Amino acid sequence: MDMLYPITPTHYLTLSAVLFGIGVAGVLSRKNIFVALMSLELMLNAVNLSFVVFSRLRGDLTGQVIVLFVVAVAAAEACVGLAIVIALFRLKETVDLDLFKSLKG
Amino acid sequence: MLEAVVFYILASIIIGMGLLVITRTNPIASALAMVGAFAALAALYATLEATFVAILQILVYAGGIMVLMIFVIMLLNLHTDDLKPMKANGATLLLSLAGVFGGIVVPVLFIALPKGTDKVFPGTTMEGDIVSVGGMLFSNYLFPFEMLSLVLLAAVVGALVLAKRKL
Repeated sequence: MDMLYPITPTHYLTLSAVLFGIGVAGVLSRKNIFVALMSLELMLNAVNLSFVVFSRLRGDLTGQVIVLFVVAVAAAEACVGLAIVIALFRLKETVDLDLFKSLKG
Repeated sequence: MLEAVVFYILASIIIGMGLLVITRTNPIASALAMVGAFAALAALYATLEATFVAILQILVYAGGIMVLMIFVIMLLNLHTDDLKPMKANGATLLLSLAGVFGGIVVPVLFIALPKGTDKVFPGTTMEGDIVSVGGMLFSNYLFPFEMLSLVLLAAVVGALVLAKRKL
């Protein structure tokens, strides 16, 4: 019971690490490019969560300002990433990551 | 006690939705699970007194990024037969989950957790509402904030150049 209650920053950080791990596993194991992109977003969100936790822990709002920047960069990343997906789909007629191997030596 | 109950409910929603995202064959199902995870994360931010970040999470992530993603998934109009070969492979998925958790997540949690995170949050008067975060954004972080508009402009122009058939 001691480990489960009361809720400490460690609980939040553990959740953040688990979410990040799920994201990494998604990127490593899935072949669908959309799922890989969404797993990237999961990882960014896990990092955001730990920023907010440390901001609350230290009583410093800088963490939340950085979260704002991360969200904006994530929006830019999704925008460019999806444009690349559309261009690739036009070229190869597929969204399977394993078939995008023109640069493979 | 209430805080603990809320935390565990939200944490299980987030992890469950996260697992749904990486196991579904249909990307639309993944995207909807993702929206659920974002909603639960926003609630978690609200319990951490980061109300502005919570609102932003819903507005930008669930309302902006995921809508864009679902829009593109529907634009490409993939059939079930096209998606079949990209089905989640159970063995690969389990192997990568085990590798990531055994190799990175658990060791990091045991070794790298900073001191002082095992006590309850100190009671502060800090509030992450829009007034204080916005005030900080427009004073200490004005220059990075302005740079961000350039980043977004570059992203929009880049996306147009990439996705347009003929310039």
